[in-house]
Amino acid sequence: MSVSAESEFTRRAASARHQTLFQVGMTAPGALATLILVLFALGIVLFLSFRTNDGSLLGGGFSFANFAGALSDPLYATVILRSLAIAGLVTLATVVTAYPVAYYLAFHAGKHRGLLLFVVTLPFWTSYLLRVFAWKVVLAYNGVLNSALLTTGITSEPILAFLNTPAAVVVTLAHAYAAFAILPIYVALENVPRSLIEAAEDLGARPFSIFRRIILPISMPGVLGAALVVFVPTVGDYVTPALVGGPNSTMIGSMIQAQFGKANDWPFGAALSVIVMLVILGVVLGARVADKHFGSRT
Amino acid sequence: MSVSPSTGKSWLRTYIVAYIVFLYLPIAVIPIFSFNNSIQAAFPLSGFTTAWYQSLLDNENLHRALETSLIVGFSAAFLATAIGVTVGYMEVAAGDRISRTISALARLPILIPGVIVGIALLILVNLAGLGPSRIAIVLGHTLVALPTAVVIMRSRFLALPKSFSEVAMDLGANEWTTFRRIILPLAAPAIASSFMLSFLTSFDEFIVAFFLSGTEPTLPLFVWGQLRFPKALPSVMALGSVILLVSIVIATAAELIRRRGAPDDDLAVTAKGSLPIS
Repeated sequence: MSVSAESEFTRRAASARHQTLFQVGMTAPGALATLILVLFALGIVLFLSFRTNDGSLLGGGFSFANFAGALSDPLYATVILRSLAIAGLVTLATVVTAYPVAYYLAFHAGKHRGLLLFVVTLPFWTSYLLRVFAWKVVLAYNGVLNSALLTTGITSEPILAFLNTPAAVVVTLAHAYAAFAILPIYVALENVPRSLIEAAEDLGARPFSIFRRIILPISMPGVLGAALVVFVPTVGDYVTPALVGGPNSTMIGSMIQAQFGKANDWPFGAALSVIVMLVILGVVLGARVADKHFGSRT
Repeated sequence: MSVSPSTGKSWLRTYIVAYIVFLYLPIAVIPIFSFNNSIQAAFPLSGFTTAWYQSLLDNENLHRALETSLIVGFSAAFLATAIGVTVGYMEVAAGDRISRTISALARLPILIPGVIVGIALLILVNLAGLGPSRIAIVLGHTLVALPTAVVIMRSRFLALPKSFSEVAMDLGANEWTTFRRIILPLAAPAIASSFMLSFLTSFDEFIVAFFLSGTEPTLPLFVWGQLRFPKALPSVMALGSVILLVSIVIATAAELIRRRGAPDDDLAVTAKGSLPIS
C-alpha cells in the first residue's frame, strides 16, 4: 500500500516537473521574441531619444534637446500636421469606401462570400512597393493615365497635376490599405444579431433607419478597428511620399528615415519616432474611449 | 440572408464591381506594360515583346537578391510560425496572465509603423554587434509577420474542442505528447497557411528591410534600386509581374490549405480580437 502510494507520489512529482518543463519550453520562444524584439527594441528607441548625438551608437549625455528641437522647429510641426492630415484623409477615405463592401459581404454575398472576401483581400498580399510603383507609372506626366486621356481625346495635352502632389499620396495610400479596412468592419457586421433587424422590420422600421439606428452603431467597433489599422501604417509611411508625393508631401516617416540615413542623427530620429508613437497611442486611447461609448465590445 | 434590408442591392452590386476594378486596375498596369516594346509606360501600346523577361535571366545582381529573399523569407517564416504556434497555443490552453501578455505583445507590431520597427531593429542589431545583415532582416521580418502568425494559430487552437486534449491526458498522455500527437496534426493546415503567409510578408516587405540590409539586398530592395534608372523601367515591370504572380499563387494556396483545415468561410485574420487594443 505504502509502496504504491509512494510510486504514485513520484509519478505525480515527475508529471508535475514535466508539466512545468513543457510550460517553460512553450513560453520561452514567445517570451524571448517579445522581450527582445518588441520591448527591448522599443525601449532603446525611447532611451536614445533622450541622448545627444555624438556619433556613437547610444549617444552621449542625457538631454531633452531632441524633443525641444522637434517641437519648436516649425518645419517639424508642419510635417507632423501634414502626416496627420494625410493619414486622416486616407483613413476616412478607406473606411468610407470599404464600409459598403463589408456590408455587401456580410448581408448579401450569400454563397460567394468566401470567394469575394478572398478577392478583395488578395491585393493586400502582393508587394506594397510594387503597388505604389504602379501608381507612379499610372500618374506620371508621360504616364498611363495622361496618355490614356490623350489617346481617347478627353484632353488635348497632358495634365501636370497628378504626380508629385499630396493628393497622389492620399489616393495611393488609400488604394494600398483598402483591404485593411474591409476585414474589421466585415467581422463587426457579421456580429450584428439578425434578430434585431427582423424585429425592427416587423415593427415597421424603414431600411435606412434600421441601418442608422441598429447596424451602424453595432458595427462601430469594427469601423474604429479599421480606422486604426489603416492610420498606423500610413502615418509613418515614407515610400509613397518619396515615389509619388513630390517635395510638398514629405511625411514624418521620411524625416525619421533621413535621420537614420543622410542626416545621420539617430537620437533625433528616435525622438521623432517617440513622438509618432505617442500620437498613435493617443489615437488608440481615443478609439478605446469611442469604443466604450458604443459599448458593444465585450 | 433575407432578413437584411434589400433596398439598393443592385446599386451595391455595381459599387462592389467598381471597387474591385479600382483595386486591381492599377496593379494590372505592371503586367500589361511588361510586354510592351517601349521604354515609356504610356498608351497606345507600341508592340508585343518578351525581351524584358529575357533580360531578367542573365542579371547576376537580381539572382543574388532573389537568393537573399528566399533565404530570409524561409527563415523568417519558420521563426514567426514557430513562435506563433507556441504563443497561440499557450494563450488558448494555459490562458494565464503571462501567456495573454506575451500574445498581446506579439500582436503589438500591427500598431507600430514600419519605419519605427525598422529603426528600432537597426539600433538593436548594431548593439548586438551584428549590424545590417541577412540575420537582421530575418529578425525584422519575423517581427512583422508575427501578428498574422499568432492570429492565425490562435483562432485555429480556439476552434479545436478542448475535449480532444482532455481525452488524450485521461488516457495517460503528458502535455508534450498531447501537443505533438493531437494538437499539432489537427493544426497542420493552419501551420502551413501561417508559414506561407509569413513567407509572403517577408518576400514582399520593403519598409523594414530598407534599414536592415547590408551588402545583400532583398528583391524589393533590388527593385527600389532600379527605380532610379528610367531605362530599367520595363525590366522592373517584368520582374514586378513575376513577383506579383508568385505572391498571388502563394496567397491562393495558403487560403485553400487553410480552408481545408477549417471548413468555415471566413478568413483567419478576420477573427475577433486580432487587434491588441481591447
